[in-house]
Amino acid sequence: MFIIHCPFCGEREQSEFKSGGEAHIVRPRQPTELSDDEWAEYLFMRKNIKGIQFERWNHAHGCRKWFNMVRDTSNDEIKAVYKMGEKPPIK
Amino acid sequence: MKNKYSIFSLIKNAFSYHENWEKAWKDPIPKKEYDAIIIGGGGHGLATAYYLAKKHKMKNIAVVEKGWIGGGNTGRNTTIIRSNYLWDASAGLYDHALKIWEGLSQELNYNVMFSQRGVMNLAHNLQDVRDLKRRTHANRLNGIDAVYLNTQEVKKFCPIINTSPDIRYPVLGGTLQRRAGTARHDAVAWGYARGADEMGVDIIQNCEVKGIKRNGDKVEGIETTKGFIKTNKIGVVAAGHSSVIANMAGLKLPLESKPLQALVSEPVKPIIDTVVMSNAVHAYVSQSDKGELVIGAGTDDYISYSQKGSHDIVEGTLNAILELYPIFSRMRMLRQWGGIVDICPDASPIISKTSIKGLYFNCGWGTGGFKATPGSGDLFAHTIANDEPHKLNAAFNINRFISGDLVDEHGAAAVAH
Repeated sequence: MFIIHCPFCGEREQSEFKSGGEAHIVRPRQPTELSDDEWAEYLFMRKNIKGIQFERWNHAHGCRKWFNMVRDTSNDEIKAVYKMGEKPPIK
Repeated sequence: MKNKYSIFSLIKNAFSYHENWEKAWKDPIPKKEYDAIIIGGGGHGLATAYYLAKKHKMKNIAVVEKGWIGGGNTGRNTTIIRSNYLWDASAGLYDHALKIWEGLSQELNYNVMFSQRGVMNLAHNLQDVRDLKRRTHANRLNGIDAVYLNTQEVKKFCPIINTSPDIRYPVLGGTLQRRAGTARHDAVAWGYARGADEMGVDIIQNCEVKGIKRNGDKVEGIETTKGFIKTNKIGVVAAGHSSVIANMAGLKLPLESKPLQALVSEPVKPIIDTVVMSNAVHAYVSQSDKGELVIGAGTDDYISYSQKGSHDIVEGTLNAILELYPIFSRMRMLRQWGGIVDICPDASPIISKTSIKGLYFNCGWGTGGFKATPGSGDLFAHTIANDEPHKLNAAFNINRFISGDLVDEHGAAAVAH
């Protein structure tokens, strides 16, 4: 368990949040033209990184807003939190 | 087997104070080249090497393990074995494993302490009742033993369960697979390691894979902390770290790695002689031969490789355990730990070739891989040796995520994921 700094509510326990998995996966612009391979890539294939990962979180038991997070998945250390649509503060 | 374990070898070694037992497996230096290399020395990896050597006569093979064998999820699971899965493909896969379990101690000359004490799955609402009845019928059509029990029969089979209608999630019934049960997890790894070593397999511990060498669309070897090893067949059985290895080869897998926790209590006298699982309240419990209650909790919902989970997950599981078994209310918990499980979108495993020639993956077992250990090893060995899947694992290929032919066991597999 760890503490998450919600960009809207401040520090809360991780159990209030829902993880939305990998961030910055671009939704297909023209879904009708996608091949099966491209659909599989979009829907299922994940980097599943051990280390610095960009991900989406939802403050499900709070403000219910979505935001992004940079977290080291090898030790759960949170490096940065930023709002949807913003550029990641870390590369 | 040159050093067969038996009552006679036990007596013979007693005379020398058990100080002269031969090592169960060697500690070799890696050769320059192997016909096949298995990455991951857990139960599945060691079983794969064992069956490659035994059934497919591939003797020049190695298992590389970054830590010690059986030190990952093999040593961290709750040892439950069952095959009561809903879909035909899963039923075939898991019952294949269960059939091997039934003769495994004899085959390996190693007591894996396989105990067919039965596994009971509880229903707590009307939808559970319908789902479990449906699954019972599906199991029986697939030749897998299964019976549906009403509340009184559940109480009779496991008297310490609180079947009062007044609890938050009352027990409305359950299913029972009598051939299911538990086994000693470490012994499975050690037994397969000893058997594989006997046939000439090199088991190389403390050897972490750092890279996969590719030449175009085929593999040429692995970079490890003990140097480069050449091979043209690599079988990856790295559980929670499968994606890490895949990334080294430039592949992406449909996996997410998450912490899964378990805990054991202080040891007590025999109190529960079966395994009871509840999907709806997420509590499952059995008792080890040492007397500890073995309790499985759920997965955390975020990706993590930290091998520790959140406290609220354990708390939720223990709440459910206490409601179902008020008798455990003063029990103290001794140890708690986490393992990293690799979960597929359809909660079914991948035992498959990949788009890279000579690179095979056995992963995605998620929260329930231990039960499949012997079957998984057998079928993966077949896939590697023949470069073609066995008919029992054909449905578990990686291309199902492209074709859409998923084996959707989420929730249907008798336990929540």
